[in-house]
Amino acid sequence: MTIGLRIAFLPLTDAAVLVAARERGFAEEEGIALDLVRTTSWATLRDRLVYGQVQGAHMLAPLAVAVTLGLSQQPAPLAAPYKLNVNGNMLVMACDFAKALEPVIASRLADPLGTAHDFAAAIGLWRRKPVIGVVHRFSSHAIMLRYWLASAGVDPDRDVVLRVLPPSLTVEAMHAGEIDGFIAGEPWGSAAVEAGLAETVAIGERIWRRGVEKVLAFRESWLEENPQAVDRLLRALVRAAAWCDDPAHRDDLANLLARPDYVDQPAYLIERALSGGIVARAGEPPIVSPDFMLFGREATPFPWRSQALWIYSQLVRWGMVDHDPATATRAGAVFRPDIFRRALADSNVPMPGASMKLEGAVASPLPVGSRRGELTLGPDSFFDKRVFDPERIEEFLAGFAPLR
Amino acid sequence: MRIVIIDDSGLRASVLEEGLHEAGYDDIHIVPPRGGFVARLERMAPDVVLMDLGSPSRDTLEEMLTVSRALARPIAMFVDQSDEAMIGAAIDAGVSAYVVDGLRKERVKPVLELAVRRFNAFAKIQSELDEARNALSDRKVIDRAKSILMNQRSLSEQDAYALLRTAAMNQGKKIVEVAQALITASDLLGGGL
Repeated sequence: MTIGLRIAFLPLTDAAVLVAARERGFAEEEGIALDLVRTTSWATLRDRLVYGQVQGAHMLAPLAVAVTLGLSQQPAPLAAPYKLNVNGNMLVMACDFAKALEPVIASRLADPLGTAHDFAAAIGLWRRKPVIGVVHRFSSHAIMLRYWLASAGVDPDRDVVLRVLPPSLTVEAMHAGEIDGFIAGEPWGSAAVEAGLAETVAIGERIWRRGVEKVLAFRESWLEENPQAVDRLLRALVRAAAWCDDPAHRDDLANLLARPDYVDQPAYLIERALSGGIVARAGEPPIVSPDFMLFGREATPFPWRSQALWIYSQLVRWGMVDHDPATATRAGAVFRPDIFRRALADSNVPMPGASMKLEGAVASPLPVGSRRGELTLGPDSFFDKRVFDPERIEEFLAGFAPLR
Repeated sequence: MRIVIIDDSGLRASVLEEGLHEAGYDDIHIVPPRGGFVARLERMAPDVVLMDLGSPSRDTLEEMLTVSRALARPIAMFVDQSDEAMIGAAIDAGVSAYVVDGLRKERVKPVLELAVRRFNAFAKIQSELDEARNALSDRKVIDRAKSILMNQRSLSEQDAYALLRTAAMNQGKKIVEVAQALITASDLLGGGL
């Protein structure tokens, strides 16, 4: 029997796995009729999920945690049994602003710490407090930007202005001079570079080499009541993700995503994030980052609880939620490795043996314990070499120097 | 009660404003979601903010509602979460409503109901307009197919139309589809008009 599922998404390159699952037959093979609902704001994606207009959503991982903790309008327990990608963001700034930074962009991107310090110095030289667009208060991008700025002593709530605007309006806002730069998912950074409005200042993958990005989120109650639908969908997505990672399908995928009912941007811009060939300044040759955006390899979709807790630690750090052990437990429980394991029990997907790990501790590719198959985790270090131990959140937070 | 409508479709905002006026609300402002609209909104200190669920600017608005120090009281979506039917109707109609904390629900409910009715009315007008537009372009396609037949087969206009209609009935298709196929074939064969 075919199961109909409606899933909301935003027009972004990292909706790729959902789009491939629908358009290349993976959902159908699992008996799922997948209906993808295009949405233009995170607020509306959240509301469609929380109020039951859709069953699932392509959601910012921190937003799933925030909704569960009651930090974003109507509180609702959400469950994320699958990560749709890791990495894929970049920070772009107006070309004039970037003049104060390392001019050789490859060196600039390779040294996020040095660039953060240059950025700190550039703030004083700019004609106003720099206005940086972020797509949402509870976005991976905003959290990563805060982390990066703070490493150079920049207080993201005092020394710059973070302005929230949806990804699809970022380029327009650059053009109108309303913002001086922005951090967003692709292809929007590339679109601003291509328009000559901005150049790349940092890429997410160099800040946290395996940064949690979008998850597939459900209402927890719905997830518990519909195990068959969830399992079938996850099996379809794992195969779609492998298809998306395969370089042979890159052009096909870029063309699919370029369609007006998906991202509605030129395929050649979308292709940049898929191949990792990022053009950081208009007219220059691409800088290759093979790990710019990952969908399937290295067990990318596996929702490590420790990653939800890392997100939680950052919400605490920035005063968005007060820390207490019960809240931490609820935040960690948003990620559901148990469901991932159940859904893929009979597949050949390599399955991590643990549900938590130290985040940032893998400096070079590392073979790890796996219930089945070979699993090698890619490097997941943070640019500042910190390691997050999910069992020691207070210690981790105490390690950051206060900015005020 | 000060109601602010955030909307860049002139027509939808007017349809809503008119309804609210008729119902006796007189402190209504329309703000298009452009440039520094949140600062303007903040100065207005609204009691209720109505916005199209499809507007990409909702995240910007919510951020302002979260961080604003200027607003005397917090504003949150819907507020009365117990009324699921109402919320469902609002989401279906594409209405998002932010209501100042403490405003009594009996006072908010009629505003929301009215907004839902007016949004639905607007959606109906919109789809009628779209239909009219499609009908117009259908007419153009059929006219072009008719003139191809009239030229190539020396038929009268009436006979050309009858031929299209018969073909459509035989194939179980719409006349406009048969007409479009004919135009495509004619273009491919270099026949043109």
